[in-house]
Amino acid sequence: MSTTTTRDATRPAPAKVSKTKPRRGMGGSTFNFWLFTGPFLIGLVIFVYIPIGWSAWLSFFEARYTVTPDKFIGFDNYKLMLTNGDFTKSLVTFTVFAAIIVPVTWALSLGLALMVHRLRFMKAFFRSVFFLPTACSFVAASLIWKMSIFSGVRFGMMNTVLSWFGVENIAWLANPNPPWYWLVIVTVRLWLQAGFYMILFLAALQNIPPELYEAAAIDGAKPGWQTFRYITLPQLRATSTAVILLLLVAAYQAFDEFFNLLAKTTWGRPPLVELYYTALGDDQDYGAGSAGAVILTLLICTVTLLQGRFMGFGRGEETK
Amino acid sequence: MSALSNSNWDRRSVLRAAAGLAALGPLAACGGNTGREGGGSSGKGLVQYFHAYGEAGTQEAIKRYAKAYDEARVTTQWITGNNFESKLFSALLTDNAPDVFEFHPQLQMIKSGQVAPLDDIIAPVKDDFNPADIKSHTVDGKVYGVRMIDDPQFFYYRKSVLEKAGVGVPQTLEELAEAAEKLTTDKVKGLFLGNSMVSTNYALVWAAGADQLNAKNEIAYHTDDVAAALKVYRKMFTSGHLLLDAPADYWDPSALVQGLTAIQWCGMWAMPVMQKALGDDLGIFPFPSAASGAKPAVYNGGWSMFVNAKGKNVDLAKEYVKWLWIDQKEYQEDWALSYGFHIPPRTSIAESATKLKSGLPAEGVKLFTDYGRFDNISWTQAMITALEEVIANSVRKGMDPEKALDAADKKVNLELKKLFG
Repeated sequence: MSTTTTRDATRPAPAKVSKTKPRRGMGGSTFNFWLFTGPFLIGLVIFVYIPIGWSAWLSFFEARYTVTPDKFIGFDNYKLMLTNGDFTKSLVTFTVFAAIIVPVTWALSLGLALMVHRLRFMKAFFRSVFFLPTACSFVAASLIWKMSIFSGVRFGMMNTVLSWFGVENIAWLANPNPPWYWLVIVTVRLWLQAGFYMILFLAALQNIPPELYEAAAIDGAKPGWQTFRYITLPQLRATSTAVILLLLVAAYQAFDEFFNLLAKTTWGRPPLVELYYTALGDDQDYGAGSAGAVILTLLICTVTLLQGRFMGFGRGEETK
Repeated sequence: MSALSNSNWDRRSVLRAAAGLAALGPLAACGGNTGREGGGSSGKGLVQYFHAYGEAGTQEAIKRYAKAYDEARVTTQWITGNNFESKLFSALLTDNAPDVFEFHPQLQMIKSGQVAPLDDIIAPVKDDFNPADIKSHTVDGKVYGVRMIDDPQFFYYRKSVLEKAGVGVPQTLEELAEAAEKLTTDKVKGLFLGNSMVSTNYALVWAAGADQLNAKNEIAYHTDDVAAALKVYRKMFTSGHLLLDAPADYWDPSALVQGLTAIQWCGMWAMPVMQKALGDDLGIFPFPSAASGAKPAVYNGGWSMFVNAKGKNVDLAKEYVKWLWIDQKEYQEDWALSYGFHIPPRTSIAESATKLKSGLPAEGVKLFTDYGRFDNISWTQAMITALEEVIANSVRKGMDPEKALDAADKKVNLELKKLFG
């Protein structure tokens, strides 16, 4: 085997790269990086970081009917929001909501992923069917749930079905006792979210090496629960951690379906709806609204960090 | 090798494409509605905000009036959904705020300098306006906003259904509750007060002999009679005789027209649609007395046109408001009577409105005159929500009315303190 005469001829030609004149202070890869990420970074700064900074600044001012206030009031807005029973109640309610909706969505999306993953035919069809609701807006879905499926009149879909069994019409959203409104909210959220997280789990399931299952089978592991418990679930740890993190943030940021389904109520109000009414709907108090937003952000960060520490976010790959 | 370092694509092509997109920008802007385009014979532009009315033809009418104005090109933002207030409030903080907008008279907008006084354009015709409308738009002797329409709200009922059930027109709140019970069947609920039940808030307070605020701008809604009326509401809510969670809310006539309810709270705007669907089988009555000696009540809602005091074209905006809502009487009459039924706030127009002279519309005008109560300019958005929460908490959730009213008192007093010190 020749190692001298053919070497140059077979080596890939790096012609284009070597011919390009080096740019002063900005190499080709750096230029490409900024070309592609620059617009997004600018958008991020303008639409995310500046508003966050402005909001934090507003929270220390008396800002009723203005977003350019001049009266500094220190932590008064924070005191107002923390002593405002409605806002603090919404924080507690939504911690409970998160404690329920997060594991339920996690379990459902994982269950769907396992089911679709095992399908031998029409896999793409079912994957699409479960994922499609993700493309629907929360507002549109909420209105369908409210006006068609869970309408309180006799021709609402659920009431029609129940009437076949002799059950009287239920006012799903109007009456907080019993709190049927949670059924409406949880089902619409599950319908909209589960497909997206199912895709994440599907991707993770496809990454589990089949050798692991083969080795487990040789060692005598029974297929089904035992394999799931000791092979699949641990292998999904990194994905599960990320999914739970995303679900937690989404739960605290819930707005659309609550705003559209529960207007003019004092129950089941998420923190963002409270802040919306504080800043826009009633008071036009942008200072208090901003203070509430900062409090909510800190709460989400704290819960997220605690969850990450508890579940080992980012350590998934290392612990494999 | 990093994919990024491999410049296989033609960078010049990308830059050319970017330049092309930039060149297309102005063309795209030609087709976009920025709400700020110049126009009209003078090249000046105005923006007006309207909430979406339910009556067919209203949007076209408003745009037709605006197009007829020669002094400026007037662009209309027709805002659908239930977020008109929030969109308006947020827009008023920006440079893209509307020059003129419709809303209700509220003191906080005046105190914060968001609306301009309109005395100079109203003064010549002030005596021709309904005095109650002028009063509800006046602060410290200055008039803010021009009333476009008055919208009395009362109960509509199916005469045949009440007759068949042997139910007379309710004269008291207790009788209304009894009527709801007698009229409820497997298919039809007796009464519809709206999905959130807050549309009758003011009428309930007035019919209980109270008021939102007194002349000194102190709380006047927190009385024993109001608390007692709330208990009757709670009884109706839990009885199963109210229509709840209807597909369309109280402002839409469909609940009565479709036979979902026998009695419905609604505005006079819906009268033509109801008459078309039900013919003569339609009656109206005011919110019945809810306390001994108290008069029935009709809420005279409506919409008014305001000028953004911080806008870029305040004088032009005032000229436009004067032209449309003071000078153009044919448009005002068309707006009040050609789509839904509204009562024109100008006495001269109301008196010549033949559509309101006879039959059910005339009865509506009589209820408006006899029992109508107008907006209190000191009753602001935060107070509106506080009273709505009383209904949510005491009627729908079962809280003791006194406690619910106490909670509202705290919020209303806080707002009053901010407004009046």
